Amino acid sequence: MKIALLGNPNTGKSSVFNLLTGLRQQVGNFPGVTVDKRSGFISVGKVQHELIDFPGTYSIYPRSKEESVVYDVLSNPNHSQHPDQIIFVVDASNLQRNLLFFSQVYDLGIPCVLVLNMWDLAQRKGMEISIDALGKLFPSVPIVQSNARIGLGKDRIIEALAGLKNTAVHQQKFIEAYHFCSFEDVAGQKKEAEIRLQKIKEALGQIVQTKTPTTENISRKIDRFLVHPIWGYLIFAFILMTIFQFIFTFANTPMNWIDQLFSYFSSWSSDTMPPGMVNDLISEGIIPGIGGVVVFVPQIAMLFFFISILEESGYLSRVVFIMDRLMRPFGLNGKSVVPLMSSIACAIPGIMATRTISNWKERLITILVAPFMSCSARIPVYTLLISLVIPKSYVLGFFNLQGLVLFGLYSLGIVFALLVSFLLKLFIKQKDRGFLLLELPDYKNPRWGNVFINVLEKVKIFILDAGKIILAISILLWFLASFGPNMNESMHGLSKTSVYQSMTEKEQTKAMDACKLSNSYIGILGKGMEPVIAPLGYDWKIGISLITSFAAREVFVGSLATIYAVQDDGEDQALLIDRMRNEVKADGTPVFTLASGVSLMVFYVFAMQCMATMAVVKRETNSWKWPIIQLVFMGALAYAAAWITYVLLS
Amino acid sequence: MVNTLDHIALRQVVEIVSVDQSPISSKLTEMGLVSGQFITTLFKAPFGDPIAIELNGSVLSLRLEEAQFIEVKA
Repeated sequence: MKIALLGNPNTGKSSVFNLLTGLRQQVGNFPGVTVDKRSGFISVGKVQHELIDFPGTYSIYPRSKEESVVYDVLSNPNHSQHPDQIIFVVDASNLQRNLLFFSQVYDLGIPCVLVLNMWDLAQRKGMEISIDALGKLFPSVPIVQSNARIGLGKDRIIEALAGLKNTAVHQQKFIEAYHFCSFEDVAGQKKEAEIRLQKIKEALGQIVQTKTPTTENISRKIDRFLVHPIWGYLIFAFILMTIFQFIFTFANTPMNWIDQLFSYFSSWSSDTMPPGMVNDLISEGIIPGIGGVVVFVPQIAMLFFFISILEESGYLSRVVFIMDRLMRPFGLNGKSVVPLMSSIACAIPGIMATRTISNWKERLITILVAPFMSCSARIPVYTLLISLVIPKSYVLGFFNLQGLVLFGLYSLGIVFALLVSFLLKLFIKQKDRGFLLLELPDYKNPRWGNVFINVLEKVKIFILDAGKIILAISILLWFLASFGPNMNESMHGLSKTSVYQSMTEKEQTKAMDACKLSNSYIGILGKGMEPVIAPLGYDWKIGISLITSFAAREVFVGSLATIYAVQDDGEDQALLIDRMRNEVKADGTPVFTLASGVSLMVFYVFAMQCMATMAVVKRETNSWKWPIIQLVFMGALAYAAAWITYVLLS
Repeated sequence: MVNTLDHIALRQVVEIVSVDQSPISSKLTEMGLVSGQFITTLFKAPFGDPIAIELNGSVLSLRLEEAQFIEVKA
């Protein structure tokens, strides 16, 4: 049996869901739309039922494409997700608005249980609610109280479910001759809402007795600071910086552990298994591929830890409130700020965080521009190239030129993210009109259980959905870098040369690796694309590194080190920089000049050089269309910008 | 005197006279913005838009372009 969980936003509906299902829950999408479908199992008596959490809405009529899932499912008895029973959660302290949607659901005639959640809040607001009187308004609906935040009410809800008669269609509808209005019939929907609200208002006089609140509303006081024209922004900036710094600083250590752990696994499997193709596939393809997925987990977990707290506490609505006017001209939402800022650490959790944006167009634009924010994987590329081509001098006596260039690269990304959003706003069409009409809920202490479940859910989504794409691409890249039509002949040829034979063993390994990579399929591709990238000032060796760094941008540095057969231990890059400085083209001019170096950095600002990001965009938009569009337009922009840079500087 | 909500100063209690027909009028109604309802203007976002109002003990924010459809009197 399917049980739907319905209710307004901010009623503690997800707390009720967590309370009922515990950790037995899964996340997916509703058929055909990219709306999170959380589902789990509850046992009523000895029978297991599927509980489906629907998006919180104020009415059966949707505000947006996302919310239309509620209308589609409820209005169509043949829909695959159509529920047999309903648990409807209302905020006991705000019955008037909550009962409007409930009265619509009531008129569907599906057996349901009404849960009065946040009972304690209603009492603190001085409200006394008569359940008997409420029951008269909705005969045949069992009504239970709960306070899901502190874990109260589970048994009562289950008991009420067990008592439901499956066939019981209410004798009497809330409004007579009820039928659904059509999607477009705004006037009809308004009329319906007015009739319902009128009846609810009349009845509420008997149901709710309000005395003076026992405590003063503290949220109003907090809001004086958090949405203040100056303090509001300062506090938000401070919170963002804290989150960002935290991820930046503390994610590194566990990420290094994961790296070390997987390289240990890799060498262990390489040593234990008999040498050959299978060994190489496992220890050089699959294990590092899995490592490349797991390595993102610390960042994702940390970001969602903070975002869940912001969301749970009620602060995220205030962020939307104070940022709305600023983001609107760019086609972005106030909620876009957190995903975009976290993309400076890594675009992957940033893009996953766009789920909080309910308007599809605003969410899509945020997803599409997030990778323009310079993420931490670009830093190794930037620092290597900056120390190679930018002199250590000072501008105006105290501005470090190298630092200025780095600042410029970050700014370039941010400016283009906004610029591209503005353009996308004009191009992406959407029928439903964007509007705000947002509730600012009272501030609450975050429930750690909800935060924990949310973090776990995001990590699971990433590993299971995006992980398999990342793994597949990394195995493909490994294959392309390890095989080539004439690789063995070339390596054999190299081993016969007198230069090679006079090398130390260590030098021989490096020379062999370089020979292998440049004769692999990737090497051939890199050489083949040289005419295309020559106008940007790059040679085929850079071409190879551009391809390999599609795995992750920082791979660029390691690939160059392999091709130039120099040690790259990550700490001291003096050897690599020295080698790159002496690299010359066929005509004897240096490869890495100011023009080609800056051009390359600009290329990395814009290009979608990250398979993991593409995998996440695919997951979040539910199709390959958007990641491919993104790959193409970011690539085109990167090429154009790098070319202009090269021409201007040379 | 009848005015639209986007022109009301902060910390005023006003009564809704009517909600004009618009593409979002049904959504305004669903949020409880119906004639006869008393609301209090609470605060504005920096730059004066959106605004926040209180009705029935809960806080609702709306853009000025949404507030202009709501006619109110003191």
